[in-house]
Amino acid sequence: MDLKPGSRWKSAVCDTEVVVVRPPKTPVELECGGHPMVANAEAKPEGLTLSAEHSAGSGMGKRFADEASGLEVLCVKAGAGSLSIGGQPIGAKDAKKLPASD
Amino acid sequence: MQTTLLLDMAAEAAPDRLALGGLADGISFAELQARARGGAAWLAGQGGETVVFLGLNGPAMPAAVFAAGLLGKPFAPLNYRLTDADLNKLLARTAPSIAIVDDDMAGRLKPVPGVTVVSRSAFEAACLDPVNRAAELDFVDPDIAVLLFTSGTTGEPKAAILRHRNLTSYVISTVEFLASGEDEAALVSVPAYHIAGISAVLTGVYSGRRTVHLAAFTPEAWVEAAATEQVTHAMVVPTMLGRILDVLEARGERLPKLKALSYGGGRMPQPVIERAMRILRHVDFVNAYGLTETSSTIAVLGPEDHRQAIASSDEAVRRRIASVGRPLPSLEVEIRGPEGEVLPAGQSGEIYVRGEQVSGEYVHKKVIQDDGWFATNDGGWMDADGYLFVEGRLDDVIVRGGENISPGEIEDVLREHPQVADVAVLGLPDNDWGEKVAAAVVAKEGAPSAEELAAFVKAKLRSTKTPEVWEFREALPYNDTGKLLRRQLKAEMSGKQPAAA
Repeated sequence: MDLKPGSRWKSAVCDTEVVVVRPPKTPVELECGGHPMVANAEAKPEGLTLSAEHSAGSGMGKRFADEASGLEVLCVKAGAGSLSIGGQPIGAKDAKKLPASD
Repeated sequence: MQTTLLLDMAAEAAPDRLALGGLADGISFAELQARARGGAAWLAGQGGETVVFLGLNGPAMPAAVFAAGLLGKPFAPLNYRLTDADLNKLLARTAPSIAIVDDDMAGRLKPVPGVTVVSRSAFEAACLDPVNRAAELDFVDPDIAVLLFTSGTTGEPKAAILRHRNLTSYVISTVEFLASGEDEAALVSVPAYHIAGISAVLTGVYSGRRTVHLAAFTPEAWVEAAATEQVTHAMVVPTMLGRILDVLEARGERLPKLKALSYGGGRMPQPVIERAMRILRHVDFVNAYGLTETSSTIAVLGPEDHRQAIASSDEAVRRRIASVGRPLPSLEVEIRGPEGEVLPAGQSGEIYVRGEQVSGEYVHKKVIQDDGWFATNDGGWMDADGYLFVEGRLDDVIVRGGENISPGEIEDVLREHPQVADVAVLGLPDNDWGEKVAAAVVAKEGAPSAEELAAFVKAKLRSTKTPEVWEFREALPYNDTGKLLRRQLKAEMSGKQPAAA
């Protein structure tokens, strides 16, 4: 799984889509809803179901970062599945507190 | 990541929310997305590798920004205030291109090989055409989002390159998706060819905030639009703010809905911001420092910083009102000396910046270093708490007998004089010292004498920093985005050599 900056990935089991903001320092397998995510241009594998353990949902516009690998993604389409790496959930980053400047 | 995705997200999450225009006649995020797609389908059939925009700000401008992004073609806004000769020269540099031109500006253009001119009204009609809106667009993986010609106050305009990844990085690292309330509206009065005009489109859409465009700035029109459109947020350049305050005072208008006013794009005279904070007590003020080459803002002095500085008795805190605040957490800033060495807090040098939003690239010229650091050509220093003070363009620094003198420091002192309305300090050629310090002063009624002003500066600064040449003028030359035209002023003053004090 080549998580290049700017590449887009979709969940195999729900509507979630993410864009890679920062690539991982070492290769990792990004999952959503308990299953590896699929490159946006490819077909989703059939017969998979959302894992109850990874069904907290992914909110649009939320940024998720994995401290261990350095991977950071932005959720660009909301879905029922939540993100994980090797079964370990990765958390949403805190909201930014910057004043509007444009 | 491409800029269009920012619009797609807003259109999916809040399709019916107002995106652009007035409360009564504005258009929604879903409609903006549909117009961008319609416009893109139509532009695809017109040829050209760059989408030029020559016109006043308004809903067609964001539609053109996103349409160009969908096509994977750079969006290149041109400055309609240029002379016809300069404008045509710039237009020729965009070929092969398709140029969307305001209907009443088309007559200024000469035919240029490789440039197809279409009218703004034709583009607007194409954005609404159901056939265009339903057309399938080929997938593209775009790279360059914007080509922005720098203002050229110091020579031939350079075309700065902003890539989709620079701009989207800026947006997602500084703005929380859809975090604006439904009642929020931003008044954009900078033109389409200013970096803040571009970034406002993107941050406005991503934050879910309605954008109200002022086609052309006058202080009266700004105040009227802010009041009738219930504007909550706005960005102004320093020269606009003083004039807006005059209108507010004359009318007794206080814009109760206004929550936040940011300023940038040039040095803000301290008396003006202090006056603004007195008149608009309910408003949060934000000073933003950024460059075209950095996709807009890189440092911010927030509302709390403003209030603390004004209220503090500690000089180190008080002077922060003249700073641009602290660098954004998503990037790094260093102050470096002439040999490239990093300088400690308190020492003046050149401001360097590194981060994903920094492009540091021009057409035919990459000025960013391999390790990602970009030399801004701005002089400045940081205090012990990380507040950044910008001293101005390094090209403007006066070198008198080997001493580097910052014009901004002397200008700040002179602005404190009660009879000085506006002032510019610059270096003029001098046979003995290399350069001598000169001041151009716009006086208020009861004009002060040159001797009086010289004594005023000397009492606060060293004598080497006291201007030797004084000129009193009706006004100083500014470009339309509030940048002082120092080169023009310098040429005028070098030619005349007025009386010495």
